[in-house]
Amino acid sequence: MRLPVGARAGTGSWLVQRASAIVLAILIPLLAGRVLAAMPAEFAAWQALWAPPWVRVAVLLCGVAWAMHAWIGMRDILMDYVPAIALRLVLYLAVGVTLAASVAWLDVVVWRLP
Amino acid sequence: MMNRPVYLDLFRLRLPLPGWVSILHRLSGALLFVALPLAVWLLAASLSGPSGFAAVAGLLRHPAAKLVGLLFAWSFAQHFFAGLRHLMMDAHHGVTLAAARRSSAVVLGASALATLVFAAWVFA
Repeated sequence: MRLPVGARAGTGSWLVQRASAIVLAILIPLLAGRVLAAMPAEFAAWQALWAPPWVRVAVLLCGVAWAMHAWIGMRDILMDYVPAIALRLVLYLAVGVTLAASVAWLDVVVWRLP
Repeated sequence: MMNRPVYLDLFRLRLPLPGWVSILHRLSGALLFVALPLAVWLLAASLSGPSGFAAVAGLLRHPAAKLVGLLFAWSFAQHFFAGLRHLMMDAHHGVTLAAARRSSAVVLGASALATLVFAAWVFA
């Protein structure tokens, strides 16, 4: 059984935080740079900008990495500032639902692209 | 024997530069958590059709939206540069006190500059 406490308990989170950070540090400037370089004024061109398969994959990867990164970060913040356990669990749930719903919605958006 | 935990008066503490980068990393990170559903909402609306695209474009031209955008741009820049600093320190680079102070100043300066450039572009 995995030990819930101990000196190494946070190593997994630490590693996930670094891995997701590297993914985000590459993908967000890449996607934002693509949008800023094109800046289409019409819907058809805007839609075409997000249509290539690699862009869809990059967008979803970015959303998943963002959600994982935000989950660990928000969990750490709540752990530090919200000592009341009931309130903290409610906030964990709110953060988790917000992130999961965001990624699911992003999935729908990318899926629906022609 | 001192009673623990000790509650410090935060308003009387003079936070050193790396301390500012640390607390701003938290603040900008929390803002970027809020930014994810907002970004997905904007992308979804803008890709929903020509009218949705026009609505999002109109919304982003509003001065209040530009200010909110500026806040998120600063959050991203601050979190991005401070994150690179974290990764650098994970690799044991710049972990002495003097180097940590210098890199904190670089992070704060770079994110301020990036935010100014973004502001100039958005409000021009």
